[in-house]
Amino acid sequence: MQVERFMSGRRLLATLFAVCAFGGVAAVHAAETGTATPIVADQALEDEVQELSHKLRCLVCQNQSIAESHAPLAVDLRNQVREQLAAGKSKNEVIDYLVERYGDFVLYEPPFKTTTLLLWGGPAALLLGGASWLAFRLRRRAAEAAVQDQLSTAERARARALLAGDAPATADKPSAEEPRS
Amino acid sequence: MKAKFLVPLFLFLLLIGFLGFGLTLNPREVPSPLIDKPAPDFSLARLDQPEQRFGLEQMRGQVWLLNVWASWCVACRQEHPVLVKLARSGVVPIVGLNYKEVRGDGEIDARGMALETETAQAIERARDWLTRHGNPYQLSVMDIDGRVGIDFGVYGVPETFLIDQQGRIRYKQIGPVTAENLEQVLMPKIKELQRAG
Repeated sequence: MQVERFMSGRRLLATLFAVCAFGGVAAVHAAETGTATPIVADQALEDEVQELSHKLRCLVCQNQSIAESHAPLAVDLRNQVREQLAAGKSKNEVIDYLVERYGDFVLYEPPFKTTTLLLWGGPAALLLGGASWLAFRLRRRAAEAAVQDQLSTAERARARALLAGDAPATADKPSAEEPRS
Repeated sequence: MKAKFLVPLFLFLLLIGFLGFGLTLNPREVPSPLIDKPAPDFSLARLDQPEQRFGLEQMRGQVWLLNVWASWCVACRQEHPVLVKLARSGVVPIVGLNYKEVRGDGEIDARGMALETETAQAIERARDWLTRHGNPYQLSVMDIDGRVGIDFGVYGVPETFLIDQQGRIRYKQIGPVTAENLEQVLMPKIKELQRAG
């Protein structure tokens, strides 16, 4: 019973898969024969518009790109991008066009220049500074530890006595309890 | 070395200082890269005489304000009395850029609307609004599709540009002009430019 049910389950899956695959093929076929109208006339252009729009900030809702935003200005700017790309302008020309009007703020990735030096170089400088400070501290601590590690002759003698088993009377009685670990 | 424990406190106060300063900034005010650059040229139909066109060269030699407005813009109604009063004083001519009068109105679906229909509607609405609230403008031009707005880097209405005798943008007011910032910021700049010219 169990095995049979398992088999039928598998068969069902296989059928579903076949239907999906066939359905997909049928849809592609329909598109090829022109029965289904494509959403955009020029998919390559649309891909470029999308790619570029994702790099441009919407000035109305500032945490969205103009590709994501439904603000009227974002729609206008998207249309501008599309229009200009369709007219044969390069991506950089379109970006320059928008930066000229709205400033670097429209770019999600700020350009590297003197005013953005701290922005781009800051994290690296902090990391470098932190790492060298850490290295300096570690080295100094190691040097201090090396000095402290050297025992005086009296300490050495007492340690030897302890290891030999005849502890001096002044020493504390060692704890009888086993360390719980 | 005794005051070493004060270092984190100092860093903390520095951070607080930066954050506090950040609170005083308005992220909605994006500085325009067009300041001190020649204003983008345009040629648009006038609201009062749509068969006539208006361009920058007609204001050459004057210090003037270009005010971006629309009848659907709520903040425009707020600044409007200030502009009317300013126009009445005759200190500086104000030109209105009527921005996306029809398609900018969120309550109207202008997709698929013929341009002629849209223009006719825009004229009617804009004129009606000026009749109702007063007309501070020497003239207004119609930016039906908002293209000139994009050239000026407009991203919200109202915005006001101060343009000098040579047609350069000298200042941009983002958001409504209030009586205070007219007196404290715009007026001194206007006076200074007028003296220089």
